[in-house]
Amino acid sequence: MSADFWFGVEVFLNGLMAGVMYSLVALGFVLIFKASGIFNYAQGVMALFAAQTLVGLQTGLIPFSHLINAIFGTEFHHFGQAAPDWWIETYSRGLSLLLPESLSLSIAGFLGVYGPTILAIVFAALVMLFFAILVEKLVLKHLVNQEPIILFMATIGLAFFMEGFGELMWGSDVKTLNIGIEQGGNAWFEENTAFLGGEDFYGFYLDTLDIYATFIAVALVLALVLFSQYTKTGRALRAVADDHQAALSVGISLRTIWVIVWTIAGFVALVAGMMWGAKSGVQFSLSLIALKALPVLMLGGFTSIPGAIIGGLIIGVGEKMFEFLIGAPYLGGATENWFAYMLALLFLVFRPQGLFGEKIIERV
Amino acid sequence: MLYREVGDFKTTYQADGQTFPIAFDRYRYYAVMLFAFAIVPFLLNDYWVKAIALPFLIYSIAAIGLNILIGYCGQVSLGTGGFMAVGAYSCYKFMTGFDIYIPGGEEWVRYALPPLNIFFSVILGGVMTALVGILFGLPSLRIKGFYLAVATLAAQFFLVWVFNKWEWSFNYSASGQITAPERFLFGHAITGPNTEPWATYLFCLVFVTILAIVARNLTRGHLGRSWMSIRDMDIAAEIIGVNPLKAKLTAFGISSFYIGIAGALLFSVYLGAVEVGEVFGIQKSFLVLFMVIIGGLGSIFGSFAGAAFMVLLPVLLKNVLVGQLGWATDIAAHLEFVIVGALIVIFLILEPHGLAQLWRIIKEKLRLWPFPH
Repeated sequence: MSADFWFGVEVFLNGLMAGVMYSLVALGFVLIFKASGIFNYAQGVMALFAAQTLVGLQTGLIPFSHLINAIFGTEFHHFGQAAPDWWIETYSRGLSLLLPESLSLSIAGFLGVYGPTILAIVFAALVMLFFAILVEKLVLKHLVNQEPIILFMATIGLAFFMEGFGELMWGSDVKTLNIGIEQGGNAWFEENTAFLGGEDFYGFYLDTLDIYATFIAVALVLALVLFSQYTKTGRALRAVADDHQAALSVGISLRTIWVIVWTIAGFVALVAGMMWGAKSGVQFSLSLIALKALPVLMLGGFTSIPGAIIGGLIIGVGEKMFEFLIGAPYLGGATENWFAYMLALLFLVFRPQGLFGEKIIERV
Repeated sequence: MLYREVGDFKTTYQADGQTFPIAFDRYRYYAVMLFAFAIVPFLLNDYWVKAIALPFLIYSIAAIGLNILIGYCGQVSLGTGGFMAVGAYSCYKFMTGFDIYIPGGEEWVRYALPPLNIFFSVILGGVMTALVGILFGLPSLRIKGFYLAVATLAAQFFLVWVFNKWEWSFNYSASGQITAPERFLFGHAITGPNTEPWATYLFCLVFVTILAIVARNLTRGHLGRSWMSIRDMDIAAEIIGVNPLKAKLTAFGISSFYIGIAGALLFSVYLGAVEVGEVFGIQKSFLVLFMVIIGGLGSIFGSFAGAAFMVLLPVLLKNVLVGQLGWATDIAAHLEFVIVGALIVIFLILEPHGLAQLWRIIKEKLRLWPFPH
């Protein structure tokens, strides 16, 4: 096998990894669409907002400091302490009473490194929960029974609002998000695949972060499937997805379900924002990945969780391979910008409901 | 007494079917026309034309175009920016001399049209956009709703990419930009650096007036009714004999024609130089979409109201926050996002049919005044 072939395989693998990242965003869309029939355009901005909040909490930024500085002429931006070190210290001291010293030390060491991140993730998740409640109270409650297109437009408005709000709150500069996963290629994977090719092949280059993202995505999908199949709330969610009125008539509270769904979508957005933020920095362009998730949804069908995953993989591999084989050599490159949409468009002409979508039945 | 049908007897079918059946409305319309054509040109200076008048007129055309597609025919499109780019680039090609290369003997021979008058360049820009619009409208025969909205994103990203990479489209200029050369109409510069405010204003106003009247009458006629029946329920429309192929493709074509003309004017008269990714990106699609929503789906007046709202709001915010309070421009820009987003949500909750519906309610109240019912 020539080195070119193996390079192609590497592109394929990287496409799979990129596809996983798209799927992470697409998952949030599917959850909300299934449970409320709302096509939530704000999902990408939710990911951005979650990532911004995470960085802000982790590094101890003061919310709205830019706005406050502009109004009152003050000059502050950080809290004194970057992370709540006292919390970790107290915690490890408490642990040492219960556990042997060596174990408590290693736990304290772990918390010393990851403690602020874990704490920030927990708080960011709480912020997303709070956000879900607000959205339900202020927006969705008033838009019950409106046409889907009106709800879609409302989420676009919501996206604009959050975009401005997030940047007012945490500042618009590009932030680096460090969640304790090392940057760059995975050395182990590279060394252990080098034997495949010839002399000028040095093994596959895969981002460590992408590999972690794959595992996290798998865990997330498993958790979601288990949640919706085996818990009471999950069953209620599926009931609402099937028929709003029937669900209401058997005593399921639509409003509670919506809060739950938006919270879960917020958590998924947090995970997606974490991964994308760690990969390419927390910045405005993060919200545009939502647009990339749209063809993924179309391919997989708006109502299918496995569809979101498989659609993501097809899009990820498709656009990388197209760029590698046709785009870069013949068309001047940068075909990744549109290939996903064109693929989805052509695909839909032959199968309008997507790969795994429920068959669209229309009645007059 | 003023706003009444009473006493205004119609003696012909023509008079009965006119656009403004109420006399007061009719005179108001004439007054607005007179004001716009005969008085505003004398009042305008450079700032007013550049900041308010031109963007308002040009975005009105785009909003009418998108309203035909979304508001009347019910086909959601997010490809407005891409279609505007087609209008701008084909207008540029026609005003600098449309050229083709044909292989002849040893090398490619260049054949070129002479540079066309700016008026016809703009119209041809619209025609080219209509053709592209019909092409991208074809999937609408199979795909509906959100799926179609996302499918039109393909047009948006693909077209922007094409004008980035296809060197012929920007005449092989090194910067990749297109720059409008100086062009005249009746001896007055319309494009280029030495334009008079009133000339550019009147040039756009003529387009807006004609296109708005045509759109208004199209939507009242046979075609508009077939669009609306497709919008309300496409299967039922098909059963009563509306041809969905014809209705959807004409909607895409005519809508794209309007949007293309808006793009051509935006490039040639308003901006003068354009870099496709910056000007005709996805943000432009959303901007025009917001105009249509805030103004009111399915209303020509609403398109104007929405365009005015979305053009004026940033100018107003910028003047107050940056000019009066002295804030940094980036904070003002973020606050603008917050306010626009909140306003859209508030609008959708309070009045899902937009500013046009408010206007309709006011008119209804006026007709009955001073009685409540």
